Amino acid sequence: MTLFSSYLPPLLGGAMIGLAAGGLRFFANEIAGISGIARAAVTGPRRGWCLAFVAGLLGAGLVAGRAGGAQAIAGLEHVSLGLLLIAGLCVGLGTGLGNGCTSGHGICGLARFSPRSLVAVLTFMATAALTVFLMRHVVQS
Amino acid sequence: MKALLSLLAGLLFGAGLILSGMTSPDRVMGFLDVAGHWDPSLAFVMAGAVMVATPLFMLANRKARLAACAADAPETDIDARLLGGAALFGIGWGLAGICPGPALVNVAIAPGLALPFAGAMMVGLLLTRARPSA
Repeated sequence: MTLFSSYLPPLLGGAMIGLAAGGLRFFANEIAGISGIARAAVTGPRRGWCLAFVAGLLGAGLVAGRAGGAQAIAGLEHVSLGLLLIAGLCVGLGTGLGNGCTSGHGICGLARFSPRSLVAVLTFMATAALTVFLMRHVVQS
Repeated sequence: MKALLSLLAGLLFGAGLILSGMTSPDRVMGFLDVAGHWDPSLAFVMAGAVMVATPLFMLANRKARLAACAADAPETDIDARLLGGAALFGIGWGLAGICPGPALVNVAIAPGLALPFAGAMMVGLLLTRARPSA
């Protein structure tokens, strides 16, 4: 029962993400890669639909914020400002250079059997796990 | 029409991120911390998403072939830029437990806490140029 209750929300949430990405691909012929969408929402091309997609993401956050939201972002309050800035810059530069993130490579790329995306997913999963290992079990900051 | 569809897809995507736990750095770090009290539940987010997205992508491919105008993402080589970018992204994800989707969703949940990361991420993204036609 605890197993069920801890795995069901991730599975359901994942299915919703997959439906959103698959629906965008099927009906609009676009890839729901958030890093690319976030950049294109500022620089274009494709600015129109990218802005609309970002507005949707923010809308979901607004609803969650109204309904409390503390649990949704649990842990964010413990990350220092310096670490947030460094991590954010790494994520922006990395997804910009690698042309995709957890959604673009992880969901859309795998869903279309892209070898590039599989390599990217294995790479960022490995460096993310290694970073957490170093921070939690070696450096102990 | 496309804007409306994108708005709805963004809403559904964001709600999925929140429900799944991906917007919580605590949950993400628990998933990435394979040597600690590992919480594998977030693996089901990607599993669930890929399971639902794959058939839709296959249907879309069939439709695109019929229309003979496949606007597919460019398939380029596995190069240093891809590997280095993915590696750097993983380091940033591991440092704070936030990837790009949750970074944006969290801005609407708690702007004061989430804006520094999202702002730095946008700076990084804008410093890199989009691949042509990507």
